[in-house]
Parts: sequence; structure tokens; C-alpha cells
Amino acid sequence: MIIEIGHFALTIALVLGLLLGILPMVGAHRRDVRLMAVAQPAAVAQFGAITIAFAALIAGFVGNDFSVLLIANHSNTDLPLDLRVAASWGSHEGSMLLWSLMLSAWTCAVAAFSRSLSTVLRARVLGVLGLISVGFLLFLLFTSNPFERLLPAAAQGRDLNPLLQDPGMVFHPPLLYMGYVGLSVAFAFAVAGLIGGGFDAAWARWARPWTTVAWAFLTLGIALGSFWAYYELGWGGWWFWDPVENASFMPWLVATALIHSLAVAEKRGAFRSWTVLLAILGFSLSLMGTFLVRSGVLTSVHAFATDPARGVFILAFLVLVIGGSLILFAWRAPTIGAGNSFSAISRESMLLANNILLVVAMAAVMLGTLYPLVLDTLGLGKISVGPPYFDAVFVPVMAPALFLIAVGPLARWKRTELPPLVSRLRWAFAISVISALLAPVAAVAAGVDGPAWRPLTSVGLAFGFWISAGVVVAILDSLRTPGRPFSIAHAASRARMQPPSVWGMHLAHLGVAAFVFGVTLVNSYEIGVEARAEVGDTISLGDYEFRFTGLDHIVGPNYDSDRGHFEVRDSSGALVALLHPEKRVYRASGQPMTEAAIDRSLVRDIYVSMGEPLGGTVWAIRAHVKPFVNWIWIGCLMMAGGGFLAVADKRYRRRVTQREARAVAAARA
Amino acid sequence: MTIKPRHRRFAWVAAGLVALGIAAALVLNALGSNMSWFITPTEVAEGKAPAERNFRIGGLVEPGSLQRADDRVGGTFRVTDGNNAILVSYTGILPDLFKEGRGVVAQGRLTGNGGFDATEVLAKHDENYMPPEAAEALERAGHPVNAGAQAKQQ
Repeated sequence: MIIEIGHFALTIALVLGLLLGILPMVGAHRRDVRLMAVAQPAAVAQFGAITIAFAALIAGFVGNDFSVLLIANHSNTDLPLDLRVAASWGSHEGSMLLWSLMLSAWTCAVAAFSRSLSTVLRARVLGVLGLISVGFLLFLLFTSNPFERLLPAAAQGRDLNPLLQDPGMVFHPPLLYMGYVGLSVAFAFAVAGLIGGGFDAAWARWARPWTTVAWAFLTLGIALGSFWAYYELGWGGWWFWDPVENASFMPWLVATALIHSLAVAEKRGAFRSWTVLLAILGFSLSLMGTFLVRSGVLTSVHAFATDPARGVFILAFLVLVIGGSLILFAWRAPTIGAGNSFSAISRESMLLANNILLVVAMAAVMLGTLYPLVLDTLGLGKISVGPPYFDAVFVPVMAPALFLIAVGPLARWKRTELPPLVSRLRWAFAISVISALLAPVAAVAAGVDGPAWRPLTSVGLAFGFWISAGVVVAILDSLRTPGRPFSIAHAASRARMQPPSVWGMHLAHLGVAAFVFGVTLVNSYEIGVEARAEVGDTISLGDYEFRFTGLDHIVGPNYDSDRGHFEVRDSSGALVALLHPEKRVYRASGQPMTEAAIDRSLVRDIYVSMGEPLGGTVWAIRAHVKPFVNWIWIGCLMMAGGGFLAVADKRYRRRVTQREARAVAAARA
Repeated sequence: MTIKPRHRRFAWVAAGLVALGIAAALVLNALGSNMSWFITPTEVAEGKAPAERNFRIGGLVEPGSLQRADDRVGGTFRVTDGNNAILVSYTGILPDLFKEGRGVVAQGRLTGNGGFDATEVLAKHDENYMPPEAAEALERAGHPVNAGAQAKQQ
């Protein structure tokens, strides 16, 4: 019964989506206030309907209703409650439903927080979001119905894939989808703007906080996915350039470009066409990413053939959204208008460079991700493109962008003289180069082992120090009034005057520095070993000794596990950590899983995982020491935190001033 | 001297093209040297495998062929597509889903004596599912895995 209510609610949501997608658009065209007024209640009602559908699915999972095909395939009575809830989005159908739920939540939020928008623009933005939801709901109802029944009902479910049985599953997909779907708001603003033809500073100021929030969620989602892979896949990598990861990383790169170009569009009115194009591109990539991952085309291009309806629908929807918006762009772009000019050395030019570099990086990632798929589809053979390709391309393309992070915020809009810029940054430059060269020497002096220093180590460190120093210079500059002696009281009052968005930017940029430090140090100084070990044996790795003290067997709720006991001691013999890695076998599927044990700290992780049993008490054991690896995720947290801080800026909540309203009206006339 | 806007725009476009050219060169070079072709055991037997390059092979781990080394982790096993098999040696921990009779994909290069030296062994996905390259190798050799197991993925 509950399942039927869910199914029915989903159908209602489709009808509401059609109302939301058509009536306000027609209303906006005819300037009919009554039709436009449908948008807000329709958005709220649609959110309610999809929430009911989603709740029904969760209720089915919680109540172990194995007469539902999806639940029988992805759950099990032995699965713990939190994972049964999370299992509702652990499949293709469930994740599409989560997508729709997120989309309607964003739509509802736009409806609630857009009072300052003009009625026409709001109706169009909500209308575009409604049309997108129609696409997704049609896809759900006709090709991927989560409420499909299984008759006769199964006695027991097949269990969730053990890889997904982790708290990471509870948070990673919702966060990632918040980001993916959030980009649809920027897209809707762009399309609504193209239809109405009103691109100005106010438009950019409306679109900006939505984009920044979506970007911050996307950052968190990707970082959590990486963190999860690090401890769950059992071999200690944190990024694999896997197509699934790339599918989320490409929209992130474009969204990063977009939040920067929106800054220019808001402050200077420049880059408007480019910004609109980025908004379209960002959402198109997030659509493509969702479908690449969820359609099964990545595991095998032939997966499409097993369900042609899905494949054809997906392609048609992508063509409609991407093609339609690009045609609209080509048609309406001349109305966007050029922005203010700027000289070759200015904040605009540096942000332009940042944008180009990010988009080129995205294109390189896309080539490496899609090229094998294209070759395979055309029957030209199977290839794989390995991580070395992505490293070789991505790092050099991003290096100039990292350099500009320190310079951009110090440059003035419109035109900057080079000499003062150089003189403000020369100390930062000297400090970063010297620190980058000295730090590895200090590491050697402190007795750090490992593959140790390579030229790239110092290059990476130099970028980390350079960005940090640049942020410090920018903050100090903003706290000082030229011609006045520096005083703490004055600096404090200036600090209070700085808007949160500036602090958000600095925090996010420092996050990039932390990320660069983490990546550089873990790549240069990590050490690891894979060895045979018997209970009683000691594996030595760098300064640490791992003693295999025992084995026991534990019985979990839906798995059996062999657990190892390890004592980790440093060179002085002091106990550093007791670690208990596991090798689990999940009962329903018989699938083995490696659960690594990690002792975490800010300066290093000690990582032990159990490979395979080799007879008796002998196991293949993997051990790693990973310096500064946590800085990678701390850096991502800082970036996302910076994004949320920036949105707290009061100016985004201010109503449109009369002057701007008049400008909008003039642009539309 | 003042620069005309037209000239300035030209300079921007030229700089952009140069940057794009460098990026394209970088990308194509990296792609050329870092992609590896998938080759089936039969193709290896026919001498179609590159001698000096990394490539991937796939198929089933031949039952009874796994011999673990006793001085290190890893060992040797044979990968078969039903018609031909190739001896693979690997140093490292074999993945959780590695089993005799199951699908496997290995990345590496040929050794002098016709064996395969793997740098990476993959046996991903779940119990019911075969790595796509392994399935492809069996299919090309005329021993397709049953379609039911294929359709059940995800």
C-alpha cells in the first residue's frame, strides 16, 4: 500500500512538473500574472509529492518489503537500519529518485528565497527547473521505476553491494547530488536570462549565491567520496582518475570557473556570454556525469544494449537539454551585450586565464574519460587511459592557475600596474621559494625516510607556500590604510568592515594551499610495503615496526570477519597505535571486503590492511605511512567552508535597489 | 604608444591559440604514451601483442593454475579465453575478488619468454559480474559468458 502511495505521488509530481514547466513560461511570455503565480505553489507541491514518494521508498527499505524488485535486489533483513535507509539511493532507480528529490528541493528553495527577483524572471527560472524535473520524472516512471513489484515476493533480499555498506554511503551521494543538482539553478538562471534578455549585475548577483552553494556541496561530495575510497577500497589510494570520479570532477572544474566568472559579471559586467555558456556547460556535464555513472555505460558500453529504452531516453534528454540551450544561446547571445573593457594586466584578465585553464583541464579530463568509450562504441578496439595520462596533463595545466591564485585577489579591476604588484608580492615569492627548498632539507635532517625529494616536491611546496603567502599579503593589505601607520585597533576595525565573501574567498584559497601541500607531501614521502606475515612476525616500514600480534574471528550483523591485531611502534620502541584491520565476507552475496585500519593524525596516517589468507595464520599484509594525507580533505573542507561563508554575505539578501530595477527594465524594453 | 583595440583583440586571440596549441600537444602526447590496448590471450598467441609497450589482457583465471610464491606476496597464474592461455606473474596482493575460474584483467607487458609480467591485477565489480574486458575476451574466443550474469549488473 505504502509503495502504491509512493508510485502515485511520483505520478502527481510529474503532473505538477508539467504545470510548473509550462504555465509560468506561458505567463511570462504573455505577461499574465495569474499564470506566473502558479510557479510558486506548484514548486512547493512538487517538492511535497516527491518527498512522499521518497519516504515511501525508504519505508519499504526499512520494513524489508521484498515484494518490491528494487528492495529485493538491494537490501537484506540483516542489513543495519542506517544502511537500509541509505540503500534506497544505492541503485540506479533510487539514485534517480534522489536526484529528483534534490531538484525539487532546490526548486522549492528558489521559490522561497527569490522574492527580490522580478516576477517574470522568477517565473522563468522556476519554469526551467520544472521542465528539467519533467525529464527526470518521465525517465523514472517509464524506464527506471523504483516502485516496480516483484511477484511472487522474495523471501530474502540480495543485500546491498558490500562496498556500499559504509557510513560514507549515507552522506556521499546526497552531498554529491546536492552539488550536481544545484548547478541546475545556475543553468535555469542562464536560460531564463537568455529568454528574457536581461543580463546585468543584478542577474549575476542573483545567480551567484546559488552557484556558490552548489559548488560547495559538490566539493564536499567529491571530497567525501575520495575519503571513502581511501579507507574502503583497501589499498590506500585517494584518487584514481576513474571514469566515475571524473564524471563528478568535470562539473566541479566548470563550476569553479563559473563562480569566478560570475564574480566578474557581477562586479564589472564583463564575461556575460561566457558566464552563461559556463552555466550551460556545468549543468550539461552534471547531467552527463549522472547518466554516465548510473546508466552502466561505463562498466560496459554493451550495458546500453541490455536496456535500449534507457539508453535512447538518456541520449534524447541530453540532446534536448544541451542542444536546446546551446541553440537558445546562439540565438539570443547578441542580446547579452559586451561588458566593460579591461587591460591585459587586470583582475579580469587573470580571472579569464583562470577560467580558460579550468576549462582546458576539464576538456583534457573529458578526453581521457570518453575516448575509450568512443573507440569501444565504434568497434575500434578497447583501450584504457591510465592515471599517468591525467597526471601528465592535469598538473601542468593547473600550475599557472595555482600561481594566479596569489596574484588575482591583489590585482585591481580594469587595470593594474605591474611594478606595484611585483613589489607587493616579492617577499611572498622569496619566502615561498626558500621554504620550498628548505623544507625537504629539514625533512631529511629530521630523518624522514621514503622515496624522498624529487624536483616536483619542491615545486608543489612552492605553490602551497606561494598561495598561502599571497593570501596573507592580501589580508594584510586590506587591513591597512595607505599612508597611515599600522595599528591593531585600526586593523581590527578594517577587518570587521570586510564582507564575509572576501573572507570566504581567502579561506577557500587557503584550502587550495592545504590541498596542494597534502598532495605534494603524500606523493613524495609516502612509503608502503606488501608482505607475507604470520602471527608473531614484525614488518618494518620506515621508522615504524608493525607487529602482527594475533588473529580472531568476529561475527557481524550480516558478515563474518577475520580480524588482525597489530601493534605499531616507532624507532624508540614506544607504542604508537593498536590497529585492527578486517577481512569480511558478506553472507548474502559471499563477497569479501577489506576493511583497512588507520591511525590518523594531522602529520601522518598509519594504514594497515589485510590482503589474502595464505594458509595457517599467514596473511598477505599491506602497510602504509602517509604523511599529511589528511590535508587533502581538510583543504577541500576549507574550500567548501569558504563557499558557504561567501554566501553569508548580506548583499545577496538585499532587495534590488531602484537604480538596478530601472536598469533591468531598460534592458528588457 | 597606444594599441588599437583591434590589435589588442588579435593579440588575445593569438595568445589563446598558442596556449590551446600547447595544451593540445601536451594532451595528445600524454594520451599516446599512457593508453594501453586490450588484447586477448588468443591475440597474444597469434603474436599481435606489442613487445615494448604496456597492454591489458583479460579472461578467466584458469582453475588450478594459481601458484603462490612463498617468499613474497603474489605468484603466477594462467589467464585463458577458452582457446589460449598466457602465464601471468604478479608481485603484490591479489584483489579480493580474484579467484580461480573467475574473470580477471591484468595490466603489464610481455616478458622475453612469452609470459606476461603484470603491474596491476583487477577483478572488480561484484560476485555476479565479470570485468567487461574479461567478458570480451571470452566472447571473441567464442565462449561467451551467459547473458543473464551480464544483465544483472548494477
